[in-house]
Amino acid sequence: MKFGVVRFPGSCDELDALAAARRVGEAVLLWHAERDLQGVDAVIIPGGFSYGDYLRAGAIARFAPVMEAVAEFARDGGLVLGICNGFQVLCEARLLPGALLPNTSLRFVFRQVELEVADADTPFTCACPPDRRLSIPVKHTTGRYFSPEPVRVVLRYAPGHNPNGSQDDIAGVCNEAGNVFGLMPHPEHAVDPLTGSTDGLSIFASIAQGHVRQHVLA
Amino acid sequence: MSASTSSPSRHRQLGLTDEEHALIVERLGREPNNTELAMLSLMWSEHCAYKHSRRLLRRLPTRGEHVVLGPGENAGAVAVGDGLALAFKVESHNHPSAVEPFQGAATGVGGILRDVFAVGARPIAVLDSLRFGEPARSPRSRYLLERAVAGIGHYGNSVGVPTVGGELQFDPSYEQNCLVNVMCLGLAPRRRLIRSAAAGPGNVLMLLGALTGRDGIGGASVLASAELGEADEHKRPSVQIGDPFTEKKLIECCLELLERDLLVALQDLGAAGLTSSASEMAAKGGVGLDIDVCRVPLREPGMAPFEIMISESQERMLCVVAPERVASVMDVCERWEVPATPIGSVTEEPRLRVLRRGTVVAELPTAVLIDACPLYDLHPIQPALPIYGPPPAELRGDEPPAETLLALLGSAGLASRRPVFEQYDPIVGSRTVRRPEQADAAVLALPDGSALAVAIDGNGRRVACDPRQGAADAVYECAANLACVGAEPLGLTNCLNFGNPEKPHVAWQLSEAVEGIAEACEALGIPVVGGNVSLYNESPAGPILPTPIVGIVGRLPDAAAAGRLAFAREGDAIGLVGRFAPSAAGSELAKLRGQPPAGPLPVKESQAVRDAQAKVRDGIRSRALHSAHDIAEGGLAVALAECCVAGRVGARVHAPVEVFGEDPGGAFVVSGPREAVAALGPVIGTVGGEELRIEGVLSVAVSALAAAWERGLARFV
Repeated sequence: MKFGVVRFPGSCDELDALAAARRVGEAVLLWHAERDLQGVDAVIIPGGFSYGDYLRAGAIARFAPVMEAVAEFARDGGLVLGICNGFQVLCEARLLPGALLPNTSLRFVFRQVELEVADADTPFTCACPPDRRLSIPVKHTTGRYFSPEPVRVVLRYAPGHNPNGSQDDIAGVCNEAGNVFGLMPHPEHAVDPLTGSTDGLSIFASIAQGHVRQHVLA
Repeated sequence: MSASTSSPSRHRQLGLTDEEHALIVERLGREPNNTELAMLSLMWSEHCAYKHSRRLLRRLPTRGEHVVLGPGENAGAVAVGDGLALAFKVESHNHPSAVEPFQGAATGVGGILRDVFAVGARPIAVLDSLRFGEPARSPRSRYLLERAVAGIGHYGNSVGVPTVGGELQFDPSYEQNCLVNVMCLGLAPRRRLIRSAAAGPGNVLMLLGALTGRDGIGGASVLASAELGEADEHKRPSVQIGDPFTEKKLIECCLELLERDLLVALQDLGAAGLTSSASEMAAKGGVGLDIDVCRVPLREPGMAPFEIMISESQERMLCVVAPERVASVMDVCERWEVPATPIGSVTEEPRLRVLRRGTVVAELPTAVLIDACPLYDLHPIQPALPIYGPPPAELRGDEPPAETLLALLGSAGLASRRPVFEQYDPIVGSRTVRRPEQADAAVLALPDGSALAVAIDGNGRRVACDPRQGAADAVYECAANLACVGAEPLGLTNCLNFGNPEKPHVAWQLSEAVEGIAEACEALGIPVVGGNVSLYNESPAGPILPTPIVGIVGRLPDAAAAGRLAFAREGDAIGLVGRFAPSAAGSELAKLRGQPPAGPLPVKESQAVRDAQAKVRDGIRSRALHSAHDIAEGGLAVALAECCVAGRVGARVHAPVEVFGEDPGGAFVVSGPREAVAALGPVIGTVGGEELRIEGVLSVAVSALAAAWERGLARFV
């Protein structure tokens, strides 16, 4: 299992995502200006402020050369995980429905939040039982998810834990095919008991397990 | 010389005295031209030359077995094992933040980050120390608080460096002069640390990063070295604008250049821009530099040479590169989309020459730029009358203790800092073992399983009562914070925020405070590896409270054993460790009762402080204790309440002392198994129940304590 973590200028959590992915498999960095995905089995678009995000969060990054390859990879059924800024980038790239708006507080918010797995039947959540609550931190200014159309909700903030005013407490969604997943919370910052909870590990473990199962079946 | 000779009164407008101007003429053997005078006025400003504080700062102990870089470099550094060095420094951005709080605070973060990666270290943590006027009474102070916090978050969050701690206090004396001090820590392999000394005549001087514009022209002299008056709106153009995206690329680019060993020297551009950076690089290397202003990439046309030389545009670095490596440097910079331009060269003769299309427009020996500035002795006189009036009273003084405790916890000075720190990312980098409010110090994991600890502290009210003891207590309290997580101090940085040192009573505060810091550092064996001085923090209403801020870094052997402040288990014994002689002088309660900062502070015996801190440190490291918290503002009652609220559990205590008196730095509330606690000091109570009960004094539900504490600052933010 080989993960590729995209690095844009302005990415901040790419090394954290790289280290988290390496807990369950191999992982390499993918440079924003290159189209070669180096044969990875899953792509992670990490958190941060790609290209400064001075325009709309993720609006510039979607035009990066690497995103052409990621879009093609996603169309072919490859697994793509977008975390925070990565979620914003995937929405801007129309690989996920909806948009992320400024938090109702209009402020950056860091908080450890409780999440509910709404859909455990995805390659990103199959290792979390459906009733399982996850404790994972959020940190963002533009995380209020909104979609005019119905969407496939994967994660919700537990009651009282919505940090940004998102529609229906949505914390993470996937595309209809189920191979592209975006979430505002940072699972890569919940993989080590030393620095917090380990609940985020189940996201990475799900991806790795699904990959193994796929190969066993093949 | 092509530029015209300066007019006789011009030097005064630029902040130089007649005597200083005469000295310049004597040293140069001629009148300086306008470009030279602009450069010299900045280099000889308080901000750059430390002319009122340098002699005093020699008093601070700077040697220690762990010191790798001492004062004089962009940041100090200590060895932290495993071939790693920890660089760190605190710096102020007070006056810019008073004029434009968002950009002032943001560029304060940017500036201190550059100081740290200028020595080759990757920035891994930021802490901030903030002071404002009373939020309950001052809409301006609420505005400054809100915008400064937003600015710090904007910059720190965007560059991917976690803000792991800090502190915040309020006092009417900061109404016109808010304080924004920012500390940064960076980590580097020791072999990769780089100095700023230019070397090798013929080597190329390159400017990296942002374009040079008119922002911040004369900031060092205009803003940082004179008192702020009523009508300072016109100074707004002197405040720089921050661009964290450019900084982020600059960090990654510079670290890659160092990793590939492509640089001879590296220096950030801060106050006084190219003039200061180039002068310092040349002076440290005993060489000269030629700079061609026509090659400096500009953001706006028509800038005069002096503007280019003193611009304080942010996100720029200066480096010296061997000619054969220029192409490789350009390649790395291009990959990171960082503009890189050769703008000059290293020369033999120790002078800074500024050229424009082949013509010399300024030529100044580095000895005149750096060393010739006169240093002034202070003329301290202890004031006969109090300097500070009484703060507005919040309490009458006859309230029952329970009500007093709730008022203290709910005061802006002591309430939960969550509304502030929730606006900062404390976890990026995956090193943060203890986040804000989990422990008295932030803890950051190192690759070998050990950890760093860091805290920042200061208490102007106590320093106003007794500058020497108050400043010493700031050091003791900061070290106490480290002890609570199990860390041993390795080094200290400080920022001395004071009023106008030319006034005898401020000179007295400053010299006494430096003495107090020196004494406490000697007592605890902590070297001072760098720091910053911010003077002239005065308004027509008078000086700010004397506010030395100290930041201490330390190390603990096992990250997983790092201490917490919350009471953890029902039935645990609660102990009081250390010698505790609380007094009302300078306390939070005295403030709420409207008493001015006055009265003698308890005198500490340094050996007792050392012993108490060692006991707590060892108790945490061995995991014998379940919690540790130093007794600081608000005294024993507030310390107990904080442990209860953090653990969401009550406690029953028999207090041996006055519960609201203060004597910070040497006394602790700890909890754990009875034998472990009793071995360190008297057992004063037990963890458990749903209320904090201090026998014969007060009893309050933990939920009520929590409600007051959580609301106290949130109502203003």
